[in-house]
Amino acid sequence: MAGDTQLLRTSLYDLHLELGAKMVPFAGWEMPVQYPMGVLKEHLHCRAAAGLFDVSHMGQVILPEGAVGALESLVPVDIAGLAEGRQRYAMFTDAGGGILDDLMVAKKPGHLFLVVNAACAPQDIAHLRAHIEGVEVITDRALLALQGPGAEAALGALVPGAAAMRFMDVAEFDWQGAALWVSRSGYTGEDGYEISVPAGVAVAFARALLADPGVAPIGLGARDSLRLEAGLCLYGHDIDTTTTPIEADLAWAIQKRRRTGGAAEGGFPGAARILAELAQGPARKRMGLRPEGRAPMREGVEIFADARGGEPIGRVTSGGFGPSIEAPMAMAYLPAALKPGDTVYGEVRGKRLPAVIAPMPFHPHAYKR
Amino acid sequence: MSDLKFTEEHEWLRVEGDLVVVGITEHASEALGDVVFVELPEPETVVAKGDEISVIESVKAASDILAPVDGEIVEVNGKLADNPALVNEDPMGAAWFFKMKVEDMSQLDAFMSEDDYKDFIG
Repeated sequence: MAGDTQLLRTSLYDLHLELGAKMVPFAGWEMPVQYPMGVLKEHLHCRAAAGLFDVSHMGQVILPEGAVGALESLVPVDIAGLAEGRQRYAMFTDAGGGILDDLMVAKKPGHLFLVVNAACAPQDIAHLRAHIEGVEVITDRALLALQGPGAEAALGALVPGAAAMRFMDVAEFDWQGAALWVSRSGYTGEDGYEISVPAGVAVAFARALLADPGVAPIGLGARDSLRLEAGLCLYGHDIDTTTTPIEADLAWAIQKRRRTGGAAEGGFPGAARILAELAQGPARKRMGLRPEGRAPMREGVEIFADARGGEPIGRVTSGGFGPSIEAPMAMAYLPAALKPGDTVYGEVRGKRLPAVIAPMPFHPHAYKR
Repeated sequence: MSDLKFTEEHEWLRVEGDLVVVGITEHASEALGDVVFVELPEPETVVAKGDEISVIESVKAASDILAPVDGEIVEVNGKLADNPALVNEDPMGAAWFFKMKVEDMSQLDAFMSEDDYKDFIG
């Protein structure tokens, strides 16, 4: 992306402007960071009713059905065991056990459907093409996320079949002659859907959802505070090539079949380190922090064991204020021996402020399982 | 009271006798977004122009408030600690940040009038 100053626009760009969005550069795209409602109210609206997010900047990729084995050579996840009509969280690992990107993998009739992060998409696609024949990159579809307790009613009014889906189900529906690729998932901790829609009808479809009085457009600002409250990792911040899935507390995403003793044990990049960490435990782990008081501890804040002296024991990778928990929250990599309830200190503007290690999510998930 | 002065750092100053009341402008509060935390200076602190004496944290980022002039902090607005959202609700009024005792009021002469500030923010 070096030297490339031309920002890409999604098919909803004009609609964002019409809705009064403030647009910012994000991962090479011009994206809405907030609408007139503002980050705080957008966040609360999504938890109370429903929010519509444009996530068309994310990469949509199709792999042939026969690529299951090849994909398993890139991710520590059981893809063969993924039932048709289901989706799984996965990550591309590197030889050192670090994370190249995190992604969603859906098993659909005759193919696999992947959604990858915008900033990583070019590298991910090259990586896939180096190992898999027939990688198809989807460029003629928008991707929307509809999240919140009102999502089912709002989407169900347009495509009745969506209401019967469970968390991580995937299905296709017809909407006015257009094929919608729907998953019951998202990245806010709320119940909801991600919907891939042909670019040509994306605005009409978004307007149809926004016609529901409960649905408001939500920008990247609130998307970040929602996912942080939900304890979900943001690639490039909470996970990257310097963190393994085990350090990142993502061991739940590695099914038994890929673990030591499993039928398809290892066989993914960095397996030696990742499986060793699974067995012995990692030296450090991603943990939640609840700073005392109201001052947020943002990304980069160094964490210390004591109120004074000593070397840093970790660093905040994401931090901010949680509108639903009405308190600051953060994630940091800390020595694995620490446990919820322990107090550590974050250095904010030269002052060491106490923070308690807290279980995540900070705000409970509301997935429809 | 129309006798407000404005700094390029988007602070407003209002003279009350030998005190100067300082807050942030409506433009600044809108740009910051929802304010979630305000750290105020200690009363009786002697400050120099440009000192970082206060911090505003919004949902987006942290911003420093600089001492606009030389002087002494004599009072801070305790309401902001309990209700930081006041900065968004009434930035030019109830959400003043601190009051300074200023020996040399001529320091204010260089600041913008309300009209000049409106031009400044375009």
